Amino acid sequence: MPENENKAKVKEVIKKYHKDKSTLIDVLHDTQAAIGYLPREALETISAGLDIPLSKVFSVVTFFKAFSLTPRGRHLINVCLGTACHVRGADKVVEQIEKELGIKTGENTADLRFTLETVNCVGACALGPIVVIGEDLHGEMTPEKVSEVLKNYS
Amino acid sequence: MVNLTINGRQIKTEANTTVLEAARANNISIPTLCANEATAPYGACRLCLVEIKTARGRERLVTSCLYNVEEGLTVQTNTDRIRKIRKMLIELLLARCPDSDVIQKLAQEYGVGKSRFVEQSGTNKCILCANCSRTCEEVVGVSAISLSKRGTEREMTTPFGDDFSDVCIGCGSCSFSCPTGAITVEDKKGKRTITFPHNIVEFKLKKCSVCGQYWAPEKQIKYIAKTSGTPLTDYDKCPDCRD
Amino acid sequence: MVKIKSPAELGALKNSIMEKRQAEKPVITICNGTGCQAYGSKSVVAAFENEVKKQNLESKVDLKVIGCPGFCERGTLVVIKPKDIFYQRVLPKDVPEILSETIGKGNIVNRLLFTDRARNEKIVKEGDVPFYKSQMRLILGNNELIDPEKIDDYIAIGGYTALAKALQMTPETIIAEVKKSGLRGRGGAGFPTGNKWESTRNAHGDIKYIICNADEGDPGAFMDRSLVEGNPHSVLEGMIIGAYAIGGHEGYVYVRNEYPLAVKNMRLAIEQAEAYGLLGDNILGSGFSFHLQIRRGGGAFVCGESTALMASLEGKVGEPRAKYIHTSEQGLFGKPSNLNNVETWANVPLIINKGADWYSKIGTAGSKGTKIFALVGNITNTGLVEVPMGTTLRTIVFDIGGGIPKGRKFKAVQTGGPSGGMIPEKLLDLPVDFDELTKAGSMMGSGGMIVMDEKTCMVEMARYYTNFLMGESCGKCVPCREGLRQMKYILDSITEGRGKEGDIELLQDLAATMVDASLCQLGQSASNPVMSSIRYFRDEYEAHIKEHKCPAGVCKIAAAAAK
Repeated sequence: MPENENKAKVKEVIKKYHKDKSTLIDVLHDTQAAIGYLPREALETISAGLDIPLSKVFSVVTFFKAFSLTPRGRHLINVCLGTACHVRGADKVVEQIEKELGIKTGENTADLRFTLETVNCVGACALGPIVVIGEDLHGEMTPEKVSEVLKNYS
Repeated sequence: MVNLTINGRQIKTEANTTVLEAARANNISIPTLCANEATAPYGACRLCLVEIKTARGRERLVTSCLYNVEEGLTVQTNTDRIRKIRKMLIELLLARCPDSDVIQKLAQEYGVGKSRFVEQSGTNKCILCANCSRTCEEVVGVSAISLSKRGTEREMTTPFGDDFSDVCIGCGSCSFSCPTGAITVEDKKGKRTITFPHNIVEFKLKKCSVCGQYWAPEKQIKYIAKTSGTPLTDYDKCPDCRD
Repeated sequence: MVKIKSPAELGALKNSIMEKRQAEKPVITICNGTGCQAYGSKSVVAAFENEVKKQNLESKVDLKVIGCPGFCERGTLVVIKPKDIFYQRVLPKDVPEILSETIGKGNIVNRLLFTDRARNEKIVKEGDVPFYKSQMRLILGNNELIDPEKIDDYIAIGGYTALAKALQMTPETIIAEVKKSGLRGRGGAGFPTGNKWESTRNAHGDIKYIICNADEGDPGAFMDRSLVEGNPHSVLEGMIIGAYAIGGHEGYVYVRNEYPLAVKNMRLAIEQAEAYGLLGDNILGSGFSFHLQIRRGGGAFVCGESTALMASLEGKVGEPRAKYIHTSEQGLFGKPSNLNNVETWANVPLIINKGADWYSKIGTAGSKGTKIFALVGNITNTGLVEVPMGTTLRTIVFDIGGGIPKGRKFKAVQTGGPSGGMIPEKLLDLPVDFDELTKAGSMMGSGGMIVMDEKTCMVEMARYYTNFLMGESCGKCVPCREGLRQMKYILDSITEGRGKEGDIELLQDLAATMVDASLCQLGQSASNPVMSSIRYFRDEYEAHIKEHKCPAGVCKIAAAAAK
């Protein structure tokens, strides 16, 4: 059962960080990496395991942009909206991706193939506009190149 | 003891007192919204800003709720600069909570007319001062609600926005501590309803075994019994019937 | 790996490393930093590894995978040492030829050389490339000599000798040296580093924390990324020296989550330093112990602020708190804490090794040493630039940066990130100096330098920055949260052609309160982009408001809105 598997994974993460309350953010990162997102049950396990009230765990999860309470697509698209990419037309790239996939930033495609997010600078400014998909960096993106690049991800 | 001057008056006070406490103890008024005697100061509303000059001559603006008194400190609570800041803060709050009578009263007091800013709808009366969650955490000790998200999206909610809570005891301390009445408590027909800015949570009230009045949420009674180590049966009677 | 138990043993280790290396054997350095990875450098590295085997050249040449040397515009960068032959825009298909021609026969592959268009000549040596020529790469220069995954490379260039020297000095002497050097924080605020160390050392209590701020949230700035990715040990060495001087035994390196390679390389560096006894218990046999943990951010610009960073290290939301009591007295977990930026820490070994007198000769009266800038935007040579403080903006933008591409004109340069301001053409002769830039309405900031050409709308840029800050505000205090919200509305309406008379004055009123009343630096400096653009480009605002026109032709102001 996925729920039991998930609970076990979370408990392992908590163990790795020695139940140290102050490591909450790293615990959340590792949990999200293991499960793909942060389901409610995982957060309840973390709350109990680290002895932090659930409301505070919820505050931290919703405060930081890295965390997602909902499942994500197989491929996470992160379009850089840092200043260098912005002056090179990054918002037109975002618009084109939104148009191609029929979703808005922050959403998943219906088939859970892609999740579209924006990020504020990955530090590869020479090649802006940058689009990161999973671990791949796609530089010098233009609206025209979007279709071709997305085709590589099934 | 520490000697300082507030608005030209010589004040003597204990060390480890904030400028706000020292002012209030001496009948000098400083407006606040997020200050709460029962919790640690938070410094979010910024209304209590004052101009200070230290004994060494350093001048700055500080929130009086958080700044400790110092020997030789000079404080001004109502300069033109301070009034200008307060006016702007109130004008911003008025745009956020146009229906709040507390903010409207402040606006009148500080000569703020109609706000020049874009009005927010749907935030009802919550100014995100966190008095409620801080009271819940520091005084009651259950941390049932908290501030979620950040920036302009920030809101006070139960975890996941649930209309129930595993840990809330229905005591209503949050409502009591709220400066704008953004959280309301209503007891009716054996049920308590607490209405938060974005959630509604209901509680079954306990009926007194003697007079039949509903007097407190069952969950709150369970919590009190547990934390004080007293038997639940002690609470079958309401406080009035308990002699 | 055996623990090094004394400075003498460190020297012996360095010698043994050097002995195993043939000084004259060519080394091909290939940049594999995040920037070049966007050019496909991983494939170039793989191609080299395969081709060397295929052409049986293992005995003739070594390969070294390095971090960012800075000329990001020209990635993937390949430099062949010791002759410093500079190849740029290298693709996997170029690799066989580089090996057969340059290594095999000693010939240059001309098409891969950099062309200096001004003089219409091809440049062979890296040091002659105009981009690098005017720089003083005291800190970043070492990136080219090190594979960040190999601590031995760092030791081979003298790494950790500053630590060995420092451990034989007294903490007070070290602090005096850092004070004398004039080093000021490179994170943006420019606070005198030696003073901060001294305050923390003098604070009450036995437990003191040493923290590295690698959160680098300014969009368009990647100096710290390149240092942590490319030379993590330089940062570690600085931190260990600082810990010893301050009396701290525990520390954290806080890296933003958006830099996975930096996290990976720093983690490896910590492990390797511990294995050698350069970090951990009884460092270099001195009796001094210092333990470091690496922690990741969660994606919040506000966590670059020291108290928000510390809150995040405590497992809480990144909400700043009032600093009436400094973090050097009460910081992380309420204990005295010394937080410094990556580049600040990286300057420390240099100061200890070469001395404060030497260091303080570089730079201006108020700003000593060099500063690394990320030169990005509408500029020909995008990349990392390290120059002595006091270098003019004009030199950086035109001599090093190569000016504006596509034949366009310079319009403004933004320094200091979202907390900084726009600097117009007439101020290009300003020197990069903490105090000079602040006087002009901007600030040094962490080093991001965004160049904008004539096709940039300054009102739209102000709107962009305000929108960014609105999304990053923690939301705790009224002036920042509600102030940014309302500023954004006003800027939206101006850029959409709905601006009205009085909007500029309203922005100024709002800014005044945000500066005076905000809880932290984010709110206090949030109005800088708007205010500096009004100060230097007011005519653009007025064109938008009065004539419903965008002079740069960027804002889509429908003709209907003009009615």
